[in-house]
Parts: sequence; C-alpha cells; structure tokens
Amino acid sequence: MFAYAVRRILQMVPTLLGVLLLVFFLFKWFGGDPAEILAGLFATPQQLAAIRAQLGLDRPVWEQFWIFIRQVATFDWGSSWATNEAVSNIFVTRLPATLTIMVPILLLEVVLAVLAAIAVAYVRGSLTDRVIMVIITGALSVSFLVYIIVGQWLFSFKLGWFPVQGWSNSTLTNLLVYAPLPVFLAVLVSLAPHTRLYRSFILDEIEQDYVRTARAKGLDENVVLLKHVLRNALIPILTNVSTQLPGVFIGSFLIEVFFSIPGLGREVFTAVNRSDYPVIQAVTVYLAALTMVINLITDMLYKLVDPRVEFK
Amino acid sequence: MSAAANQGALAGLQGLRRSPGVWANAWKRLKEDRVGMVSLWIVAAYLVLVVLAGLQLVAGDWQREVGVPYAPPDFVGKQADASSATESLAPDGPNTDITALDPLAARYAEWAERAARLKTSEPPMADTLPFGADRVGRDVLAKAVKGAETSILVGVIAALIATFIGTALGAIGGYFGGRTDDFLEWVYNVFTSIPYILLVFAIAAVLKSGPLAATVGSGIWAVTVILSAVGWTGIYRLVRAEYIKHRSREYVRAAHAIGASHASRIFVHILPNVSHVALVQLSLHVVSFIKAEVILSFLGLGVPVDAVSWGTMLAEAQTELVLGKWWQLAAATAFMAVFVTAFSLLTDAMRDALDPKLR
Repeated sequence: MFAYAVRRILQMVPTLLGVLLLVFFLFKWFGGDPAEILAGLFATPQQLAAIRAQLGLDRPVWEQFWIFIRQVATFDWGSSWATNEAVSNIFVTRLPATLTIMVPILLLEVVLAVLAAIAVAYVRGSLTDRVIMVIITGALSVSFLVYIIVGQWLFSFKLGWFPVQGWSNSTLTNLLVYAPLPVFLAVLVSLAPHTRLYRSFILDEIEQDYVRTARAKGLDENVVLLKHVLRNALIPILTNVSTQLPGVFIGSFLIEVFFSIPGLGREVFTAVNRSDYPVIQAVTVYLAALTMVINLITDMLYKLVDPRVEFK
Repeated sequence: MSAAANQGALAGLQGLRRSPGVWANAWKRLKEDRVGMVSLWIVAAYLVLVVLAGLQLVAGDWQREVGVPYAPPDFVGKQADASSATESLAPDGPNTDITALDPLAARYAEWAERAARLKTSEPPMADTLPFGADRVGRDVLAKAVKGAETSILVGVIAALIATFIGTALGAIGGYFGGRTDDFLEWVYNVFTSIPYILLVFAIAAVLKSGPLAATVGSGIWAVTVILSAVGWTGIYRLVRAEYIKHRSREYVRAAHAIGASHASRIFVHILPNVSHVALVQLSLHVVSFIKAEVILSFLGLGVPVDAVSWGTMLAEAQTELVLGKWWQLAAATAFMAVFVTAFSLLTDAMRDALDPKLR
C-alpha cells in the first residue's frame, strides 16, 4: 500500500506539470497583456514598461514560467489585480463560506439520494418505480437556474420563510439563517439525478448471484437489500461521491452568485469579469492539485470498503 | 455432387436478399420505438424552427417592440393596471407663450413646417400577446424562438467540435498506442484534473480580455469555443477504448494484409464500426452543452447582449418574477424543457437501436 501511494504521488508530478503548463500558456498566449489590464486605459508607455519590468514580463518565456512555478510552490501569488487583496488571503477568507454551504449539501445529498434509491429499488419494476423515473427525467430537463429562480422567489419573496440573501460573520447564524434555503434548493435539484444513478448501481447488484443465494436461504428482503446489496453498491456510490469532493471546495458558484454568498466560487466568477488573472490561476492550479490528492485518497479508501481490491 | 445441384445452390445464394446494414437495422429498430419516434419528430420540428429563424423567416423581428411593456399572454387577458405602464410624461397645464422673449422665435414657422414633413407613425401597441411581452414590449414568443436558435446552435456546434476533437484524438491514441497514446493520455489527465467549471472560467477569462477577444470574444463563438475545448475529454476516452479493442481484430489485420494504409484502417475500416459510440456521445453532449450555455449566458459569460438565448431570457425573468410577470420564465423554461426531454429520450432510443449487444 505504501509503495502504491508513493508510485501514485510520483505519477502526479507530470500531470501537475501539465496543469502548470496549460494554465501558464493559456494566459500567456491567449490572455490579455497584464500590464495593459493593470495600468488601465490611460497609461503612458513608461508606466506600461515599469509594470512589465516589475512582473518580469520583459524576460524570456521560460524565466517567466519559472517565476510562475515559484509562485505556486511558495503560495505567494502577490495580490489581486482588482482589489489588491493578497491572493492567499482570498483563499483563507472565502473558503469558510463555501464550506458552510457545500458540506451540508454533500452530506444531505448522499444520505437522501441513497435512501431514495433504496426505496425506489424496493418497488423496482412496479408502476410507482416507472412513474418516479419519468418524473425524474422530466425534472432533469428543466434548467438548474429555473429551480433557483423560482425557489428563491417562492420561499423567500412570496412566503418569507427565509431571507432572500445575505451572510453574516457568525458561522452559526449562517448555518441556521442564511444557508438553509441555498442548501435546500441545491439538494432538491441534485436529488433527482443522483437517485437515478444510485438506483442503477443498486439494480446492478440485485441481479447478482449472491443476492439469489441470500434470498434462497430465506433471508428477509430488508436484510438482503440493506446489508448485502447496499454494501456492494457502496463502491460505485463512493466513486461518484469522490468525483464531487473537489467541487465542495470551489462550491456551487451559481448558488453563491445567486444568494450573494461570499465564497470561493463567486470570487472566481467576479475575477473572470474583472480579468483578475492571479486569482483565477491560483484557484485553478490549487484545486487541480487538490483533485489529484482526493482521487488518490479515494483509491486508497476502496481497500477499506472492499477488501478484494488489490493495489497494482 | 452433380453440376446441376451446384448450379441450383448458386442460384439459391443469388436469390437471397442482401442483408441490411448496421444503419438500416438501427433505423428499423428506432422506427419500432414509439417514444423514440415521437422524440425524433419533436427534435426535427425544433431543428426546422432553428433553420427558419436562421433564415430570418421566423422571429426575425424579435427586437421590435410590438406590445405594451409586460403585456400579459392572451390566455391571461388584459390587466387592469396596464395603463399605468404607459403613463404620459408630458407636464400638465397649457404651454407658456414665450415668443416675445425667444430670440429664435423667427424660426418657429420653419420648424413647424419641417416637423410637419416628418411623419412619425406610432404603431398600435398590443395589450396582450400570445405569450406576453417583456420589459420593453418585445414578443416573448419570438424571443423564445430566437433563443432556441441561439441555444440549439451553440449546443450542436460545440458538440460537433468536441466530438470531432475527441474522436480524432481517441482514434490516433487508441490505434497507434505507444508514445503517441502516452502523450494524449497525459493531455487527457491534465484536462480532467482541473475542475470543469474552473477550466470554463479560465478560458472565459482569456477570451474576454485576450487577443482573441476581437474574433471569438463576441458573438456566440466564445461560448462555443469554451464548451468544446472543455468537453472533448469524455468522448476521447470512450473512442480510444473502442480503437484499442478494434485495432487487433481480424478484419483490421485483413485490411493490413491487403495493403491498407494506417489512415485507411483508422478512418475507412475502424471508424464506421465505432461511429455509433461517437454518435451517442454527440447527442448526449448536445443536451449537456445546451444546459451549460443557458447557465453561462445567464451569468453574462455566454452570448453577447444584443443576442437572445434561453439563458439571457432566464436572467431577465429573475427580476420580472418579483414583479409578478412570470410569462418570460415560463416560455423559456417550457421551450427548453420540451427540447431537452425530447432530445434525451431520442438519445436513449438511439442508443438502444444502435447497441449491437441487444440484437
């Protein structure tokens, strides 16, 4: 297992280098001139030259790439072009808000979707099952946006159950007052696709021989489903959850933009509108690295869930 | 065995019907699928609508103000407070005569004459429209049709480009293997290790302010480029797996034996046998790209301000809903939901029809 982890970490190096190359050259070749963005419309040539010298833009490309790598490695990205706030500070101050929203969403989503999938699997093939699947297919065809627009209007504006939007400095207030509506809407929207997916995982297992054996020896259907089937279906479910984990850190930017939650997702979105390259680059590189680490941890966790898994 | 019997067998063989091809079989199976056929008709109707809108035959004048602001749909009927929206801004009371003071008084007659020559026609503004009107009185139905054109075009073109990139790279990597494949796998790993939405944002940022802003930064091309540059990875992976499976099959080796070149084996021999994978992926991506385009346009990263898509309609609808004007939201949602549902069901039917394992 240790050797496996070491090998996987070594394999990450070329991929991470690729991410750095991609982000660097994407902004270098296709992006605007940083000096012009920074100096604004009425800059003199001297000002432009001074900014170029300061950012190292007058040096050869490979030297610039080296500066870029040093920034990544030392977590020193300087400050945002738009607000002059240190990029590292942006991470520290925006991440809590994102996590306040995303952790409850992920937990509720997984628990509810697994329960719903089991419930649907109980009645598989019946009319109820088919009606639910048709409803889910229909629900999926309506844009995520419509649910948020209508949900915000209905629950906050019309019924007044929740504040329309807002955020405070206290995590508890945020969790109890401002987070419930965004969390509820996000879970509501993602429940349908996840239920459908998890149902297919469970149905895959139900057709296996061991299930027939369990039934043949007279086990209760509850035991078969909750103990035998669910344990095996957990593997694909876990894989699916792990693909969503990096998203927990970037947050549902749409939810954050909508409800004015000062999270990382909204920050990146505003950075795009302001052409604030350092913020976008930093978030992209670090989240890519985080994604790789999470993938590694998930692969190691398989061993815990399924002892048959061998590390090759 | 006599010669006559031999002759008879040969005649029998010739009498046999030529067996139908893969596509003919798939089409036959699709025709038996009722849900699939209904979806096909709906999708075809939308595509006709897109073509007509593209030729300016339908909804070409969507920007014209044809109704009073927020004119309700016909089936709702005229609203009591509709007059308040068109209230006059002119001051009350008679005009004060300032001819004695005004140094320009001598030109009054000239102005009056020139004003009389200009004809301003105020077209009658409809109180209700089939699907209502938006803030400035544009027909919501025409907007929804024009929005369908934009959203579907973006989705289809982006999906075509993404499928092309994915299939080409997947074919090359899967067929040749070795170094080429390693390199392409590295590119794939790099692209997939960056969270989807961040890659979208990064490309959106450079298209917005970079040197390409003048060419692709405006118009529907920016969002098309973003979606296809990010979306090819899944198709690449599937096509590559198919090519690895096929490259050592007997028919490909037979083609090699009779002297078919690499290009010929990749495109003439293997491609038709994996094209069903690409086709299903293409239609899956059309749906997901349309959904993505709607969200990007809603956020202002998609189509430009002078165009309309289902996403920009939803963006306007957000503020309208608070005022109780729900029809633009309903129109955009309904148009999109019908198309997306039909297209998804058609994709399912197509996959069933094309899946050789079900035979």
